[in-house]
Amino acid sequence: MNRSLSGLLPGRSSQPGKRVLPGFALSLGISLFFISVVLILPVTGLIAHTAGMGWEQYWAVITDERVVASYKVTLWTAAVASVINALVGLLLAWVLVRYEFPGKRIMDALVDLPFALPTAVAGITLAALFAQDGWYGQFFDLLGLKISFTPLGIIVAMSFTSLPFVVRTVQPVLEDQAPEDEEAAVSLGASDWTVFRRILFPAIWPALMTGIGLSFTRSLGEFGAVIFIAGNMPYVSEITSLMIFVRLQEFDHAAASAIASVVLMASLVLLLGINLWQARYLRRLHGR
Amino acid sequence: MSISIEGITKHFGSFQALRDISLEIPDGQLVGLLGPSGSGKTTLLRIIAGLETADEGRILFHGEDVTRLHVRERRVGFVFQHYALFRHMTVAQNVAFGLDVLPARERPPAAEIRQRVQMLLEMVQLDHLAQRYPAQLSGGQKQRIALARALSMKPQILLLDEPFGALDAKVRKDLRRWLRALHEEFHFTSVFVTHDQEEALELSDQVAVMSAGSIEQVDSPQKLYAQPSSRFVFDFLGQVNVFAGQVEEQLLRQGEAWVHLPEPSPAPALQLYMRSHEVRLQTAPAAYAHLPLRIESISLVGAEVRLELSPVGWDSEEPWEIGITHAQFNSWQPSRGDHCYAVPQVAHAIAQGTDTPETLHWQAGEMDDPAAMI
Repeated sequence: MNRSLSGLLPGRSSQPGKRVLPGFALSLGISLFFISVVLILPVTGLIAHTAGMGWEQYWAVITDERVVASYKVTLWTAAVASVINALVGLLLAWVLVRYEFPGKRIMDALVDLPFALPTAVAGITLAALFAQDGWYGQFFDLLGLKISFTPLGIIVAMSFTSLPFVVRTVQPVLEDQAPEDEEAAVSLGASDWTVFRRILFPAIWPALMTGIGLSFTRSLGEFGAVIFIAGNMPYVSEITSLMIFVRLQEFDHAAASAIASVVLMASLVLLLGINLWQARYLRRLHGR
Repeated sequence: MSISIEGITKHFGSFQALRDISLEIPDGQLVGLLGPSGSGKTTLLRIIAGLETADEGRILFHGEDVTRLHVRERRVGFVFQHYALFRHMTVAQNVAFGLDVLPARERPPAAEIRQRVQMLLEMVQLDHLAQRYPAQLSGGQKQRIALARALSMKPQILLLDEPFGALDAKVRKDLRRWLRALHEEFHFTSVFVTHDQEEALELSDQVAVMSAGSIEQVDSPQKLYAQPSSRFVFDFLGQVNVFAGQVEEQLLRQGEAWVHLPEPSPAPALQLYMRSHEVRLQTAPAAYAHLPLRIESISLVGAEVRLELSPVGWDSEEPWEIGITHAQFNSWQPSRGDHCYAVPQVAHAIAQGTDTPETLHWQAGEMDDPAAMI
């Protein structure tokens, strides 16, 4: 008894890097397993699908004229949608954090609606609203703007589905922002605009960039909401995820996988880039 | 630049934070606002700065009404409790901020700004940290940078909110001495908020003691300590020993303990407040006082030996604390559990139902039995 105690306890506690809470190995194991099954395996499957094609064939599929046109449409609409979301999302987060007004809780909850709503429902609703004779569409029509069944519609759908990203990344950072910083700046003579530009904005900038990045990658892959409103005209309003769907309908699984791999690659590079950039920026703030 | 505070009142919702506060702060003084948390001292400081607006009353700087002036135009230096350094800027950028944001036609050339920043950083002895970020600094360093930044616009009024609150004792002492020196050198008028009585008494020319939104007393530290004007100030400033009892003619009695008052008191019940240095300890009771105590603990650290004592045969809300010199301690050699007797030399009597202390002195001739003295 005595021997086993003295043998066990000091041995355990003297292990280097021993953590206070147990279960590190188990929790890491489960996390890795889950990531493998849910994320990595399908990706591997995707790559395996394309592996049957030669490089030339792969290249031909992903640089097909119609597919390239879809890249362009997807990229520029996603970019515009992200910029819109950056502005509107920042404003929404600002209003939700800085002001008290009746219905604030409801507004806060509504922000998440695009996540909860099936994207197809969103697409159909938006298409109806923005159609030439729809509630909103009729006014745009007076201005000579057609939204539904044009690339503008794609932007509307993308903005809708990815709005929560910016709000939800900026909001907590804005909440953490100490009012003293702003007061200090004002007491040193800074104008309101200077305080925003030099004190507030740098503080929320990393979060805002992350939000924009997430919103952009989400828009790149958006399918359900977009196809109902886009009109899907080849070379004009066809997005890349639709091209994947078209190839699938033609039972050309390899081609579908090939195009999907391009989308996947772009998203991964983007997300990785954001993470690296943010880590570098935050290191400065936390003094490492 | 002098500061006049005239009849300031402030509510937060239904809570009255400040009640009709008036205070004169002469040019060049260092004034401490001292009080427990929630006493309104920080609110008052923020109103002086213009970070908060008063419901009623006026603030005057050098006779000029600034009540309606925005914080931006008041040109005061403000040091925040948690420093409020801009995290994404280097130390040098932080200090330069005030100069950088001046309108283009008032802004000094970049080289001059750099020079001013360098000078300010040298003043706080941190010029070697100019390129660091705030997260890489210690608390004391942050505090000094916050001060340098507040002084960058050459304010004539410097306001500090709990300036040393979050620092450890040693750093605090250094910074206190240093702030005092800075104050002497630059002749600004300073107001600082603190809940630390020692800090207030050591640093200030005048201390305003605040409680529940009102100023209880404004005086020099010496006067405040020697002649507190109310029960609250007594309790709040320094350790105090209390003997409460019923008056029978000239005798104040509670349980087995009694004190013969130097003059008759009209009040039926009295509380005697005594500072640690106003009471002597003896091994036998004096002719005019019988206050038996038991030694509960002995603290040898510091300039004097502090004894914590509990009453024997009578009651007090707080234990008594009395200091004796190390020489006295060595000749007496008391240990925990020993009995001894307190002999007041000066006491402040507060009659039941009133709030104003009256100071009592016992004549040296009334002391007896030199053998019992320690």
